Amino acid sequence: MNAIRSVSQGGRYALLIAAALMLAACASKPGADAAGGLGGGALGAGGAATPGSAQDFVVNVGDRVFFETDQTEVSSAGRVTLDRQAQWLQQYPRYTVIVEGHADERGTREYNIGLGARRSSNVKNYLVSRGINPSRIRTISYGKERPVAVCNDISCWSQNRRAVTVLDNAGS
Amino acid sequence: MTASALARGIVARRRPARRGALRTAVLCLVAALLSVVAGGRPAFALIELDVTQGSIQPLPIAIPAFIGGGGEDAQLAADISQVISANLRRSGLFAPLDPASFIERITSADQTPRFQDWRVIDAQALVTGAVIRQPDGRLRAEFRLWDVFAGEQMTGQQFFTTPDNWRRIAHIISDAIYERLTGEKGYFDTRIVFVDESGPKDRRVKRLAIMDQDGANPRYLTRGNDLVLTPRFNPTSQEITYMAYTADQPRVYLLNIETGQREVVGEFPGMTFAPRFSPDGQRVAMSLQDGGNANIYVLDLRSRRTTRLTNTAAIDTSPSYSPDGARITFTSDRGGSQQIYVMGADGSNPQRISFGEGTYSTPVWSPRGDLIAFTRQYQGKFAIGVMKPDGSGERVLTEGFHNEGPTWAPNGRVLMFFRDTPGPNGGPQLWSVDLTGYNEYRVPTPAFASDPAWSPLMN
Repeated sequence: MNAIRSVSQGGRYALLIAAALMLAACASKPGADAAGGLGGGALGAGGAATPGSAQDFVVNVGDRVFFETDQTEVSSAGRVTLDRQAQWLQQYPRYTVIVEGHADERGTREYNIGLGARRSSNVKNYLVSRGINPSRIRTISYGKERPVAVCNDISCWSQNRRAVTVLDNAGS
Repeated sequence: MTASALARGIVARRRPARRGALRTAVLCLVAALLSVVAGGRPAFALIELDVTQGSIQPLPIAIPAFIGGGGEDAQLAADISQVISANLRRSGLFAPLDPASFIERITSADQTPRFQDWRVIDAQALVTGAVIRQPDGRLRAEFRLWDVFAGEQMTGQQFFTTPDNWRRIAHIISDAIYERLTGEKGYFDTRIVFVDESGPKDRRVKRLAIMDQDGANPRYLTRGNDLVLTPRFNPTSQEITYMAYTADQPRVYLLNIETGQREVVGEFPGMTFAPRFSPDGQRVAMSLQDGGNANIYVLDLRSRRTTRLTNTAAIDTSPSYSPDGARITFTSDRGGSQQIYVMGADGSNPQRISFGEGTYSTPVWSPRGDLIAFTRQYQGKFAIGVMKPDGSGERVLTEGFHNEGPTWAPNGRVLMFFRDTPGPNGGPQLWSVDLTGYNEYRVPTPAFASDPAWSPLMN
């Protein structure tokens, strides 16, 4: 009755607080648009693309193909573009390429990484079927991480579902 | 309160003491139990908090400001009780009462409350506490939880810590109250690892970050040079696994969040992604890209041995172990569209479990084992939901323009996920929702945030 029950001291806690690792927010902007998918960039004002240049590839050949929602097969329009790419790459054998696969934002992150990978793989396979040595083609998937169009509209989403052929050694 | 919780009676149980071998002993706290029996009544409490029902009437609880010394300590004491109050309110199981309604003023940590004063304002439980500065500069924080109607103390503990750890004290006390009143483990002394997002939508900078479950104390774990995605906690240690595009090689990494040490997980010929630890923390399951297919592999972190679990011409990804480690749920489009499957942890006997309308992805097994959370896309909307591991009992908890990537609180009662907003200025933010689909709250973050992953309980 009315007892104050005092229970003996509990154990000693060694609780963690990760005090270390306060990585400062060195907000260095990422460098050039390595992942943006714009390949050789736009044509300079009033300048004509030099044949065999990155501009020539982007402007005259077309560096990208587009996909339907959740689809990874190259469309007939896409095959026309890839035929031109294959022809151009055969003409300029000094280039190697990276095929970047992308998905739109209307999907979940991990599945979209797989989706982008399958798109880039299908583009690679098509280029190989058109005579390009597979050792010249690397693939990478960015899933939905690198949209080029950011509006909330079908027109934007369809621009983002793409595979972009980027000249890997355009500077050389 | 469940019968088993009642049966435990009024003498508070001791927290198991444990030493974290690798841990920085910044918060060295001694938990002692404070127990006062007022009036010597039998251990019978009137508090009923049945958390097994779908719809829960929150328990009215009074949490007067803890008593502090003077000045700074008084503020600290008040802040501790406010964090406790906010935690309990967010859980949806408690309704902290407005302090303006309080009749009795608690002036001493040792006083037995005038229970009648708390009964008339309909408080069913009362939390009193104090913060006392020690000669060595540390704080002694103590609290008592009272059953107002029975007029008894239900539990009481005290802790010694440095003042900068006051939030952890508040979370530990919150967990003690939650556990004592619900019969279930709490989840407040936990952290969230997530991806901090800054910059324009078409050129996002993503950094790994970590914070307390209530959004306090955010700090960055990476600098934003590399694209980072999908961090997940090791259930047994202060380690995370995540995906990073380092030198344009997308791979799964391990990061020790105390030492900052980072390593690649396994040596694979292609991109690895979608990592998640096994419940024992000894293995990482993930996807390996092979041409157009992604298959699920598991890497044993000790032996470094790799085992292939799926072998299909499909995208198999987002593996998540059952808490007993015997099964794995994952996403696959092997049947034509993304759906959720369950297989043995050795890859045996994969069975599709999602059969509702739309597509299903990001399955995550509850730490309690009873449910699998998922993202469902249907008619242009993204929902977070749960279903039983056999696919039955599907329920949507929240639905809208874009909700994605659920993660479970360690007690399996609350989920966190991210919600994105459309357009060039839109971006993701973190939200939590409980299993009833109610009590939806935005979790404050410094900037846009995605891919939350809940830690296990820290204490």
